[in-house]
Amino acid sequence: MTAATGAPAGNKPGERPGDRPGKSPAATGDPFDQDVLPTPPGATGALLRSLLAPLRARVTVTTLLLLLQQAVVQAGPLLVAYAIDRGVPAFRAQDHGPLIAVGVGYLACALAAGGLQFAFVAAAARVSQDVLLDLRGRIFRHAQALSVDFHERYTSGRLISRSTTDVESLRELLDEGLQELVTVILSFVYISAMLLWLDLGLGGVAVASLVPLYALVRWYQRRAGRVYRARSTAIAAVIVKFVETMNGIRPVRAFRRESANDADFGELNRRHERVNGDALLEMARYVTGSRLVANTAVAAIVLWGAHRVADGTLALGVLAAAVLYLRRLYDPIDRLGMFLNSYQSAAASLEKIAGLLAQTPSVPEPATPRQLPPLESEHPGREVVFDDVRFGYRTGGEVLPAFDLTLPAGQTVAVVGSTGAGKSTLAKLLARFYDPSGGRVLLDGVDLRDLAVPELRRGVVMVTQEAFLFSGTVADNIAIGRPDATREEMEQAAKEIGAHDFITSLPDGYDTDVRKRGGRISAGQRQLVAFARALLADPAVLILDEATSSLDIPGERAVQRAMTTVLKGRTAVVIAHRLSTVEIADRVLVMEHGRIVEDGEPAELIAGTGRFADLHRAWRDSLA
Amino acid sequence: MATTPASAQDRSAVRSLLRLWPYVRPARVRLFSAAFVAILASCVGLVIPLVLKWMVDGPIAGRDPAGVWLGALYLLLLGLAEALLFGLRRWLVARPLTHVEASMRAGLYRHLQRLPVAFHDRWASGQLLSRGTTDLMLLRQFLAFPLTFLLVNGVTIVVGVVIMLLQDWTLGLVVLVPAVPVMVTCLVFEKRYAQVARRAQDQVGDLTTVVEESVLGVRIIKGFGRHRSQARAFRDLSRTLRGTELRKARLLATIWGVIVTLPEVAIGAALVVGAVRVADGALSAGTLVAFLSTALALRWPVESIGFLLAMSQEAATATERFFEVMDEEVEHRTSEHTASGRPTSERTASEHTASGRTSEHTASGARAGAKDPQDTGLRFHHVRFRYPDAPPGSPPVLEDIDLHIRPGESMALVGATGSGKTTLTALVPRLYELTSGRITLDGKDITELSRQALRAKVAVAFEEPTLFSAAVRDNVLMGAKDTAGTADLERALAVAQAEFVHALPQGTDTQVGEQGLSLSGGQRQRLALARAVVGQPEFLVLDDPLSALDVHTEAAVEAALRQVLADTTALIVAHRPSTVLLADRVALLSGGRIAAVGTHHELLRTNAEYAHLMSGEMSGEEEGAR
Repeated sequence: MTAATGAPAGNKPGERPGDRPGKSPAATGDPFDQDVLPTPPGATGALLRSLLAPLRARVTVTTLLLLLQQAVVQAGPLLVAYAIDRGVPAFRAQDHGPLIAVGVGYLACALAAGGLQFAFVAAAARVSQDVLLDLRGRIFRHAQALSVDFHERYTSGRLISRSTTDVESLRELLDEGLQELVTVILSFVYISAMLLWLDLGLGGVAVASLVPLYALVRWYQRRAGRVYRARSTAIAAVIVKFVETMNGIRPVRAFRRESANDADFGELNRRHERVNGDALLEMARYVTGSRLVANTAVAAIVLWGAHRVADGTLALGVLAAAVLYLRRLYDPIDRLGMFLNSYQSAAASLEKIAGLLAQTPSVPEPATPRQLPPLESEHPGREVVFDDVRFGYRTGGEVLPAFDLTLPAGQTVAVVGSTGAGKSTLAKLLARFYDPSGGRVLLDGVDLRDLAVPELRRGVVMVTQEAFLFSGTVADNIAIGRPDATREEMEQAAKEIGAHDFITSLPDGYDTDVRKRGGRISAGQRQLVAFARALLADPAVLILDEATSSLDIPGERAVQRAMTTVLKGRTAVVIAHRLSTVEIADRVLVMEHGRIVEDGEPAELIAGTGRFADLHRAWRDSLA
Repeated sequence: MATTPASAQDRSAVRSLLRLWPYVRPARVRLFSAAFVAILASCVGLVIPLVLKWMVDGPIAGRDPAGVWLGALYLLLLGLAEALLFGLRRWLVARPLTHVEASMRAGLYRHLQRLPVAFHDRWASGQLLSRGTTDLMLLRQFLAFPLTFLLVNGVTIVVGVVIMLLQDWTLGLVVLVPAVPVMVTCLVFEKRYAQVARRAQDQVGDLTTVVEESVLGVRIIKGFGRHRSQARAFRDLSRTLRGTELRKARLLATIWGVIVTLPEVAIGAALVVGAVRVADGALSAGTLVAFLSTALALRWPVESIGFLLAMSQEAATATERFFEVMDEEVEHRTSEHTASGRPTSERTASEHTASGRTSEHTASGARAGAKDPQDTGLRFHHVRFRYPDAPPGSPPVLEDIDLHIRPGESMALVGATGSGKTTLTALVPRLYELTSGRITLDGKDITELSRQALRAKVAVAFEEPTLFSAAVRDNVLMGAKDTAGTADLERALAVAQAEFVHALPQGTDTQVGEQGLSLSGGQRQRLALARAVVGQPEFLVLDDPLSALDVHTEAAVEAALRQVLADTTALIVAHRPSTVLLADRVALLSGGRIAAVGTHHELLRTNAEYAHLMSGEMSGEEEGAR
């Protein structure tokens, strides 16, 4: 955690918790308590298929390369048999042809095997990297598309482990696993065919030995599946704890949490160690079992084959080739185990990823987006209407019961009220972080739900109390407001808000990396950057939710002075505990329990005897 | 292929990997036995062709059914032995190696927790996380397979080659010819592979950072509708990673190609030569069969060397990355003279208790001995501070701080945004080391106390109220001694006006933080304040403790806090008059120095800068208020 990256996932999710006891999200049955979100049946398979589908042609080519490669490699023993049974007698008869053919054939096979191996490894890497690229992108985009509500419930550590360790385990499957599987299947088919062709009886025995092996594989698959799911959950818990500690390192140090954290982390780490060990032991059992079956089969075939050679019903060369093939038939069994390994762990991971991808954004993009009507005046402001809006958080209880409000274009409205009154909820509905459970929020008559994201963000922008900085330069951080802005426009925005001076005093000015040398930026300065960002975005409606809480008084005044020009003609909603904001407002709303209890011009309300007059008096006193 | 494969590795990779020894040591017996067992198993595998040869040349040629049965029985026994030995190998290492992985992870975590805060300022947590997860998994895999099998396969190859040479030395030499080119290829490509592997691992770390930031900053991204550009940045990074991975794959493919082709060519040559010699009668058919099946049995050990070396290389990189962090110096235990007796590498657990005890003695001794009133309380003596990673030549954040907060006194710290107030507060609990000067608590230099003891005396409430994934109760009580109970908790909650927690679903047992209920900024700030006061610390440092509170709550907190501050030595960063008024006196921080000290009203009258900070009015400037 650097000084630059503000509060970790800090949020102000309305005032939902404290005030409504007895409705616990953490109590029972919340799927977010589990690591695996509810996944529709078959979603995992469908995900894998959809990842591979666009690469069908390349998967086919890759498989063909592998087929050819195996064909070439498996030709070896055949040539050995030919050399012994034909080449040697022919050579004795002064016919060097067959042996030369064997030599040339073997050389060709060797070269082809190497070349094909090269081509295959390169092609397979392409396929696997493309799948990973696709999957990483999907997770990322989907996580970004999911609503703020989702992010408040699904911890950042889990999201991170979805896109890191879980993707990594799919990568292992693709990089090594699938190759193993195809190699294994191909060599089984080839070798069985060869053995059957060499000798029906011996081949039959070899093929029959595959039955117990198959049973063993199924048994392993069942057991390992459980273990791997547990392992993936365990590592996710480790990651969550790790990230939380590193991001909160200052309080960890100041409150001497190191030892307690060591103990907590140790426990999670041990749990992971245990299931990890379980997984390895399952593998050990499988390998032992499969080798036992394989080696017994070899002994049986040799016994029978030797008897038949002794009887003269089988050529010695055929037995030699058969035995060589047999060794190869069972060689890939270990690799089958490795495949199952990576398959199990990838399946567990994919299931979680599929669960994440199956979450539908509760704030979806419109299917047929509408445009905002063209502005009527030269002012950027637009009219905002809350039309019978109802809203309750999933924890239950309505925060806003039947809320109606009209903000004329260009008006600056201050919203005040105690904690839990629904101020932030109002702001979040207007910024479309949430959708109302009933009613509509309209911007110039258009439902927010009908606006595509770029259109919506030209319309409404919100500046919150948490001023998170992304890694990159200060300029990058301001440019988030409008990436195509010129440097002049950006500096202009910073100047207007009073951030220019401190930015130019940084080691590299606007190009100072917020993470690097000397780039420490205080909470107040971060808020100024957030303001500059919002200003640059140039929205029709600007929402300020506690956006000046960390500024000192001159800073706040400077922002307010800037606001009087910046907000001119713009619609603005300002939420602040400090009533200094009111000085720039045209209108004040006092909220309580999700309703507006007072509404009027500031001077009018201050002069009155209502709640706002009380609040204002208390605030005046606090300025002493 | 007579060389030991390990010598084909880059020297520095070996050196990196050797550093793992302290972690591997506890598992050494199991690991060595496993390697031994694996060698045994491989040798058993090599004996099987010999039995075959014996059968072909003996009982089969001699039409001896009993001999055939005996041969088959040998085969079966050897097969069973091989299977059980392989199983035994895995069983031997499974638990110990997961333990090695876990202990390295615990060690990393422990170390990271104790690295200077300045280190964490520099390192993105994504980079740290990728070291703690992916890299350690790589290392475990390395210890389980490549390490053992480089040895096992090396021995197998040597034994196999010896067997082949014994059977027929000409054929043996033919098979040995490609050893040199294979080794050279490996050497050349492994080096390149190592570089690319390192780049890939670093890029994974960068990608992790973007993921993390996009999750933590999701509200900003959504608020500005920037998820597309964020996704683009992510896509660019992941494309770069894909490019690196593909380069890696091409190198690997080359190694594979060489390793597959050359031995196969040699075997082909051996086959022709062998067949000619069988035809000449110089060699028995059984010997040729045995020879070839030995050569083919060696194919896997030889082929595997390519990817075993690649895995080792990646493991070496992972080790480097791991030690990059582990080599960072943890905070020096205590000051020079107390620390001189004990090495810095000493385990923290013992340090914790030992120094805790000693410092308690010394601290109480100092307090008893401190007669001079000038020495009591919290004092900054000519404190100068520059961030350790600041560019050389840049002005220090704090130039020369001289400040005395008397025992029981509370001092407000006022200064413009970015003047270094937060930095100053971070110096008291020694989150950063002073560049020069001293800070004393009751006359005792803070560097003479162990950090544990110091931080037990000084409680801090940070500007950013971070809650951990734990119950409310635990989050608050972490500021107190272990003996603190419900009474302390309630008192602290009352001071911070945080009684709202009783209305939470499970009251003070409700989980909050990353994995629990998310609270509003004001609620978190109040809990952070409760955490700071719960231990009734001698010294209290509050960084803008009331910024997120509404007016009513702020007034209530102030009233309660006044009681606490009455007999606590406190330093309070303040932005507003209401907070300043909590304190007895005010210090104005300006230009890296304490520009003025006095009561609020004094400074308002006498100091223009202070008046400006407190009222926001510039002298002579019209305010644009309506």
